Amino acid sequence: MAYSNKVIDHYENPRNVGSMDKDETNIGTGMVGAPACGDVMRLQIKVTDDGIIEDAKFKTYGCGSAIASSSLLTEWVKGKTLDEAAEIKNTAIAEELELPPVKIHCSVLAEDAIKAAIDDYKSKK
Amino acid sequence: MKTPIYFDYSATTPVDKRVAEKMCDCLTTEGNFGNPASSSHEFGWKAEDATNQARKDIADLINANPKEIVFTSGATESNNLAIKGVAHFYKKKGKHIITCKTEHKAVLDSCRQLEREGYEVTYLDPETNGLIDLDKLKAVLRDDTILVSIMHVNNEIGVIQDIKAIGEITRERKILFHVDAAQSAGKVPIDMEELSVDLMSFSAHKIYGPKGIGALYVGRKPRVRLEAQMHGGGHERGMRSGTLATHQIVGMGEAFRLAKEEMAADNERIRMLRDRLLKGLDGIEETYINGDMEQRIPHNLNISFNFVEGESLIMALKELAVSSGSACTSASLEPSYVLRALGRNDELAHSSIRFSLGRFTTEEEIDFAVSKINDNIGKLRELSPLWEMFKDGIDLDSIEWTAH
Repeated sequence: MAYSNKVIDHYENPRNVGSMDKDETNIGTGMVGAPACGDVMRLQIKVTDDGIIEDAKFKTYGCGSAIASSSLLTEWVKGKTLDEAAEIKNTAIAEELELPPVKIHCSVLAEDAIKAAIDDYKSKK
Repeated sequence: MKTPIYFDYSATTPVDKRVAEKMCDCLTTEGNFGNPASSSHEFGWKAEDATNQARKDIADLINANPKEIVFTSGATESNNLAIKGVAHFYKKKGKHIITCKTEHKAVLDSCRQLEREGYEVTYLDPETNGLIDLDKLKAVLRDDTILVSIMHVNNEIGVIQDIKAIGEITRERKILFHVDAAQSAGKVPIDMEELSVDLMSFSAHKIYGPKGIGALYVGRKPRVRLEAQMHGGGHERGMRSGTLATHQIVGMGEAFRLAKEEMAADNERIRMLRDRLLKGLDGIEETYINGDMEQRIPHNLNISFNFVEGESLIMALKELAVSSGSACTSASLEPSYVLRALGRNDELAHSSIRFSLGRFTTEEEIDFAVSKINDNIGKLRELSPLWEMFKDGIDLDSIEWTAH
């Protein structure tokens, strides 16, 4: 399958790969997907006291589109408020990366990941 | 060295130049273009001579009689003709068929069709090494079993089934035995005099012949009867009508002739290359070879790189033309049904890559592949949350995943 140039760019130069301490109270962690399904996404956000996402890191096990979706997501959420980040829709990710229909689930997973990370952060408060 | 490098010889092979030349001689006005069935003039006789020679070359590779070779459009058609043809012809004798879960889709889907028609099919589970336990096969034989269909060499994992032993079991019970040999002809010696095999499917394009042509061996001693799937001019003794494609058949014949001449030397060279590839990957931890390593053709290496998803690895290895056991490239998210049938867990099934080597693979290409794989596995594992958890000693099975 041919990938779009944007997917290839994120895949070859993934942004914000890494881990943060999930036990810190200002860190929210969202891990979605399952190894059995062929993709697992872990997204972490670091949130300031006034509710701004100042940093984001990810690690993804999955196809190129899954890696690209999570890489793009980390770029998008940085600097956003939690409410703004929660409004990111999978369709925007799919559109930006020009994902083909069979890869739409990768963008859905990315949307699930940011929601899960925000929920995790809020549950610590 | 040109990239991408072809490591997908199990999918198809390039046509050998010597084969292509022979085929080109059978097309134009200057060439042997006649219809082999035209018995009234020299154009037809010449074409018939050419297809007869090809039939003989194909039979010679497997030590069979040329009269036992029926030309088809490929192994898929041969499998369909063998399975449905036998089932329909012998339906009064019984309606039970046995096959294995790791067979090619052309066999499995032919069996599914027969199930819809009221036949009963037993799908054997292979052992974890991909091989069939003969006792388990014996245990499912019934008085109304009419056909056992087992492939010789598996297309995904390259394991070689013991078709000699299976043939002895089925012959004793007077059950017909069909073997899909698309992946074994030209790679594993086949001697029909020694095997109790009644039907065998062949493809040309897996052994440096053209696509679109194959054959079905239909044994004469004991005689095997089939109901034709394709009706028409009564070609191929009524078993498969349709004008013989002289150029395709000549190509297949030449490919099989070359295979007989060069198989031993090719196999030895390919085994050396396979071992070199395997040794080059030795330093990568958490790798698992899928399928038995002894009962296996040297052309195939199917290997799972744990915690790395197959499709992303293929993307990283873009200079290497390999295939993924994971079917994520299709609309389905299911990993390979073959690896699942071996009992591989989903993670390992999703992490598998099939390298298949062939006549034109070189040492330089293997070395290039080894360095690319070593470079990229590390990078992808750095990206993998599963790898990080594994390194932290977390049992992945203890986690409640949100399946989607």
